Amino acid sequence: MRYTPHTPTDKEQMLRAIGLNRVEELFNHIPSSLTERSKISLPSGLSEVEVKKTMGSLAAKNATPQDWHFFLGGGIYHHFIPSVVDAIISRSEFSTSYTPYQPEVSQGTLQAIYEFQTLICQLTGMEVGNAGLYDGASAAAEAVLMARRIQEGRRRVFLSRSLHPQYRSVIATYLKNLAGVELVEVPFTKQGGTDVEFLSRAMDEKAICVVVGYPNFFGIIEDLTPIQEACARIGSFLVTVTTEPLSLALLKPPGDWGADIAVGEGQSLGIPMNLGGPGFGFFTCRKKFVRSMPGRLVGETVDSEGRRGFVLTLSTREQHIRREKATSNICTNQSLCALAAAAFMATLGKSGMRRLAEVNISRAHEAKNRLVDEAGLNPVFSGSFFNEFVLRVEGLPQRLGRFTAERIIPGVPLARWYSELQDSLLVCVTEMNPKEEIERLVRTFSGN
Amino acid sequence: MSEPSPGTNRLRSAPPLIFESGSPGRSGFFWPEEEAKIKDPIPGGFLRNDIPGFPELGELEVLRHFTRLSHLNFAIESQFYPLGSCTMKYNPKVNEVVARLPGFSLLHPLAPPELIQGALELLHDLERWLAEISGMDHVTLQPAAGAQGELTGLMVIRAYLANRGNPRRKIVVPDTAHGTNPASSTLCGYDVIQISSNERGIIDAGKVEEVMNGDVAALMITNPNTLGLFEKNIQVIADVVHKKGGLVYLDGANLNALMGIAKPGEMGVDVLHINLHKTFSTPHGGGGPGAGPVGVKAFLGDYLPVPRIVRKDGRFEVEENCPSSVGRVRSFFGNFGILVRAYTYMISLGSDGLEETSRMALLNANYLRKKLEGAYHLAYTAPCMHECVFTDRLQQKHGVTTLDIAKRLLDYGFHPPTIYFPLVVPGALMIEPTETESRETLDAFAEAMISIAREAKENPTLVKTAPHSTPVSRLDEARAARKPVLRWERAKTESAQLSAISKKS
Amino acid sequence: MEFPDGLKYSKEHEWVLVEGKTATIGITEYAQEELGDIVYVELPEVGEKVVKDDPFGAVESVKAVSDVFAPVGGAVLEVNDTLPDSPETINDDPYGDGWMIKVEMSDMDDLKDLMSADEYTEYIEQQKGEEDEEEDEEEEGEEEK
Repeated sequence: MRYTPHTPTDKEQMLRAIGLNRVEELFNHIPSSLTERSKISLPSGLSEVEVKKTMGSLAAKNATPQDWHFFLGGGIYHHFIPSVVDAIISRSEFSTSYTPYQPEVSQGTLQAIYEFQTLICQLTGMEVGNAGLYDGASAAAEAVLMARRIQEGRRRVFLSRSLHPQYRSVIATYLKNLAGVELVEVPFTKQGGTDVEFLSRAMDEKAICVVVGYPNFFGIIEDLTPIQEACARIGSFLVTVTTEPLSLALLKPPGDWGADIAVGEGQSLGIPMNLGGPGFGFFTCRKKFVRSMPGRLVGETVDSEGRRGFVLTLSTREQHIRREKATSNICTNQSLCALAAAAFMATLGKSGMRRLAEVNISRAHEAKNRLVDEAGLNPVFSGSFFNEFVLRVEGLPQRLGRFTAERIIPGVPLARWYSELQDSLLVCVTEMNPKEEIERLVRTFSGN
Repeated sequence: MSEPSPGTNRLRSAPPLIFESGSPGRSGFFWPEEEAKIKDPIPGGFLRNDIPGFPELGELEVLRHFTRLSHLNFAIESQFYPLGSCTMKYNPKVNEVVARLPGFSLLHPLAPPELIQGALELLHDLERWLAEISGMDHVTLQPAAGAQGELTGLMVIRAYLANRGNPRRKIVVPDTAHGTNPASSTLCGYDVIQISSNERGIIDAGKVEEVMNGDVAALMITNPNTLGLFEKNIQVIADVVHKKGGLVYLDGANLNALMGIAKPGEMGVDVLHINLHKTFSTPHGGGGPGAGPVGVKAFLGDYLPVPRIVRKDGRFEVEENCPSSVGRVRSFFGNFGILVRAYTYMISLGSDGLEETSRMALLNANYLRKKLEGAYHLAYTAPCMHECVFTDRLQQKHGVTTLDIAKRLLDYGFHPPTIYFPLVVPGALMIEPTETESRETLDAFAEAMISIAREAKENPTLVKTAPHSTPVSRLDEARAARKPVLRWERAKTESAQLSAISKKS
Repeated sequence: MEFPDGLKYSKEHEWVLVEGKTATIGITEYAQEELGDIVYVELPEVGEKVVKDDPFGAVESVKAVSDVFAPVGGAVLEVNDTLPDSPETINDDPYGDGWMIKVEMSDMDDLKDLMSADEYTEYIEQQKGEEDEEEDEEEEGEEEK
């Protein structure tokens, strides 16, 4: 395929206009030591027919929920996406437009992102939200960085061990090169939540923030009151991380728990799984921190005729103006994904979001009850959950082969991140797992 | 200016906010299935009984809302976007079709590797293609954007130097650098030393020599730079840096100028990032998502972030146990959906198509530069590559600035070039046409620019009060920054007040 | 452009009104014009020490941030707390209501480095002249190529 429209005549005319004879003259000022070694040794181009065939074969080598039963969660979720969402984000005016630095011709993007910012605040119960970051993990890292900026002089960051292991890893990577920060891991309890006693003992006036999953990596929903109180006592920030924001349609939102910063992953709101990306990280916090926030912000204003309009604002926080003193280095974000989430939330609306969340609770709890009662599996944690839960499966690694034969992926084994959780399986059940699939899961576990 | 005339401008007026529309109880979601009744799955104290303010619209209402919003946008598929250093080329439709195949879009990253072999093969091959194009040895596809790529690359450099006993404390950044360069340096725990380009717009090796010492970890350089000029001293500069034990980082934002012409790996570059949403055609999406893969020379391979995709006995595996790795920078496998699009583009074009791409990018930029040279002041007369920089110096005589010219271009149906960047050129107009534009489009754009130059002389007010034909006119950005209103709120009548107040004045 | 006589001026475009040991500090009309519409002001707290020639705060316009430097050193006595809500006051009345801080000077000798209104006027002219010269040099350099 070629997307360059230049015919030989075009090239000739254009070269003549420039005063050159050959295209190569355009780069004869580049040292020959470089141009001599510039050949790209890769296959030549293909027609669109061949491209589709090649890519189709690659796609066919992957297992999808269309021919397998997926019970996978752990930060990425298989949810229903209304057809309207893709119709909207496929509009080229949204997908092929640039960052809205020229607001007069970007009101579509700007208003949509303003609506997104509002929706994400309503869902999290927080006062202000930005236009999105790369993913939940980097959003968590940016939350810690922001807390550190504001809490000058403090140095200790408390991460719950029940927070997503990859998120903890990304936070550690982001903080590694910054002086004077100490990461403290807080163990989890039998209920599957944060060990508040440990936290209360370990926290001191050097504590920058406490970071907890809500729900956490084990799917557990924990009471954030004691953690929030521990934070309030010494002026530390409470940071919540939500990898499954659909849960917030029914759960008491982070804002109501007194979170200072609430972040998470937005993929489950209208974005296909895509092997984990692109999705987006959402970032919300208290209004008083707004000038310390990373990422783009869309604000409301008026034009010279008094018409309402929207613009990118508080840009002096960002890299293109503040450079080395910016609140973050982020430039390109995940805008189209935020738009997808806005379209999703708008389509489902208040009642739809709550209904969808209810279906998730119903299916997941029904499945868990049956797995416990009929397949004799034991829950690892006693806490409440939304749509994923951890079960103890004796001899798990050996039993997984049986499931592959049945074209079932029964969950995510946790041993690779938690050596204390051998034979533990994180099982996720959503509205996309119909009764028949749950039935087969139970029967396969029962050994029938 | 009065109310828009009925009929024509309704097509392009903003709809109300979704929160200002709809009706209680409406929804675009229908789920009639009977679900099992679970008794008190979650204690009441953990529940909310409402999502205050959340919209309630029917499906058609939602679709109409966003469709009307889309009508307010410029986009590549409707308008020419000569934004310098953004590479706003055509985003091929076949990429969108392929990315939506269930075999790519419905993959879960925590599925066992044997069940995602096609995806891992794609990632492995994409790494290979990017390495070959850029002349590097190893590539990671994890970073979600160029800026995250920069941070990753700097972390790799830091880890390498730390391993040799001293991570050092400074990064040298030219004055023409994109703002992400110094911002990423700070995030990596480094201080920034800025060096100036010379009067020809490029970096002198001598300038680098002055600041290069055992305290400098790396030099970050963009090539061609943000003036569209080839940094011809780069090999000597690289030597200067390497001699003192530092490394060279290339910001690959302008790679569209180099494919089949010069490889960064041959220039003495140790680490670089590539912007897939620029050079490799993935859509800008109104601000993202993109992807910023990082390429390194062999001696740095072990430091790349996890996970690594490894080929063993004809199978692909995911390796997370890499002791020297800088760690994880992003969850899962990066922006996989974007990687699929970029890979589709690359195999579509092939080596011959990619080489032709850069050649035509240069041809288009130089053609446009020739056409505009008479009407606008050219910042540097050195040969440019895929982009060129003009200024508003000639128009300033009539009180017309780069900002005014940019806004007036909107009336002609063109998105303006990049303005006021790089900072070394006052009133910069950075123009990058890309290779996917036809001669006719370039001619039309040049005509518009020349017309505006004439207007600046004969009717400057027309230019200074532009745009006149867009859905909104110039917006009060000072007001937006002084009293930030960043969300709709139910009880708030502030937006009504805003409109009322300014209508009166 | 107005540079009132009763004030002293610094190279970084701050003005100082000296009354006994108290110095009232703000930015000049030239500075506010260069910045454009001011949207945000960062000020120190009462009681904080400011060091001569070091930044004590910042002013932001939509597209830029500028540090504000202390022309004299001392302890902050008062801060203009109308500015956070109405930063545009600095644009409207830079020498009056747009004052930023009042400082109790620790060393009266600090005033020696400051300029009078006439000297500052000349300084501004010089600055503008240099800018034009730089641009001319650029042009010459290019023609060589």
